[in-house]
Amino acid sequence: MDTHQRRNSSTARRKLYQRLGFGLLGLTTALTVLPILLIVVLIFAGGVPSISLEFLTGFPSNGMRSGGILPAILGTVYLTFFTTLFAVPLGIAAAIYLSEYAADSALTRLIRIAIINLAGIPSIVYGLFGLGIFVLFFNLGTSILAASLTLAIMTLPVVISTAEEALRSVPQSFRVVSISLGATKWQTVRRIVLPQSLPGILTGVILGLERAAGETAPILFTGAAFYLPTLPSSPLDATMALPYHLYVISTQVPGMPTRVQYGTALVLLILVLGLNLIATIIRSRARARRQW
Amino acid sequence: MDKFVIEDLTVQYSDGAESLRQISMAIPANSITVLFGPAGGGKSTLLRTLNRLNDLADVVRISGKVRLFAADGSSVEVLDRRTDVIALRRRVAMVFARPIVLPLSIYQNLSYALEMAGERRKPVLDQAVERSLRKAALWEEVKDRLQDPAAALSGGQQQRLCLARSLALEPEVILLDEPTSGLDPISTNKVEESLQELKQNYTIILVPHSIQQAARTADQAAFFLQGDLIEYRPGKEIFLNPQDRRTKDYIEGRFG
Repeated sequence: MDTHQRRNSSTARRKLYQRLGFGLLGLTTALTVLPILLIVVLIFAGGVPSISLEFLTGFPSNGMRSGGILPAILGTVYLTFFTTLFAVPLGIAAAIYLSEYAADSALTRLIRIAIINLAGIPSIVYGLFGLGIFVLFFNLGTSILAASLTLAIMTLPVVISTAEEALRSVPQSFRVVSISLGATKWQTVRRIVLPQSLPGILTGVILGLERAAGETAPILFTGAAFYLPTLPSSPLDATMALPYHLYVISTQVPGMPTRVQYGTALVLLILVLGLNLIATIIRSRARARRQW
Repeated sequence: MDKFVIEDLTVQYSDGAESLRQISMAIPANSITVLFGPAGGGKSTLLRTLNRLNDLADVVRISGKVRLFAADGSSVEVLDRRTDVIALRRRVAMVFARPIVLPLSIYQNLSYALEMAGERRKPVLDQAVERSLRKAALWEEVKDRLQDPAAALSGGQQQRLCLARSLALEPEVILLDEPTSGLDPISTNKVEESLQELKQNYTIILVPHSIQQAARTADQAAFFLQGDLIEYRPGKEIFLNPQDRRTKDYIEGRFG
């Protein structure tokens, strides 16, 4: 084989490898996207026919086999609202402390490790923790309040770590300039750092809430009800909630029409994907407007 | 009259980088004092010590005395822990090498320092914005678009904006750390002209980006080499007739 031929064959081999490589990458991409696509398509196909005004605004009837799912929808909205109320201010405050004020000491490293590990705890453990501390110890009973507090604790690590990352992404030079202009640390945070990182923080908050809205285990023992004939009248009442309702009608009620199950799944999916969409829009808008 | 009197100032960073050893010098008011020398000599460290921006850096050791004098002859000890650093930074303003505009409008960049100092009256802010823009020779170029994002300005305009911003609080001293390093010759010229104007009313301490700029602007100049102050004399003398061998070599371009 002369050099010319050898070069030719090595070029051909490289091209083959390249094609193989791209093929493999395409395959893995398809493997990740396909399940999501399948879930969405199947749920939409099965669920759309059952969506109606009555389904969205009515109460369940006939042992939940017909009627609407309003109490579950509203319950999830309530839970998400109170979770936001508890988790967001606390989470952002913690992130500001960690990113702007805390020195890099053994203590702050410990706090960070704790946050990372909190994010990895199984949700059922949060549920049992909530049962122990909020329902029983603080005597809140199974209630929206207890469930929201449990969800808030579960959401906190996500909010804190994404908010901290967003704060840290603001260039250090802005802080130095602000300080050099005679601003205090807090003025610098409030006027420069926080506004600049707000979109990133909001994205984290929404992603955290999205998880909270879809979770069953943490509310199982702390606030979710199997069936309630009326809407909750105070945060101390128990409530129905979409994820738990879905579990109930899928496993606990015999003779359940699949139509209702699909419909309920679709509503939950739209709620969660809707939150996700909002987060994406906020992020891309902020990126377009960012000046650094 | 002296603005700063520095005695035996030693600064050491935790990573051993750019430090100062036993610096003593007096910086006169209403003139341009130039700090020059090769990189790593301690010029920026000295600037950052004068308004305590070094507080944000990892300083392991700082000793000596730095006194800042007011027009009435009273003085504060800059390095003293009890010194009000916020008040100090309002008297000793800083312009950085890269033009770092805050992610706000042109107007807000200029009113920022005043607002942080508690000024809320709109007419006062308006006046300060216009006055400082005029001093930095930027008013005519931006007066019709004060609400635009400051980041939309050109590099040269941004640096003059930073100069204007440092003037908004009516400081006594302006520290400039290679303020023209990223600018074209025309913008550089404009900044240097502004400095000549400003020295009537302010004390200016400049780290120049070239020896030529040092020679053009200096009323007095200090040559720093690896943390030591080698020579400090009136500008004309030091550039035409350097006393120290190392100063001479540096000015003639033998190293650095």
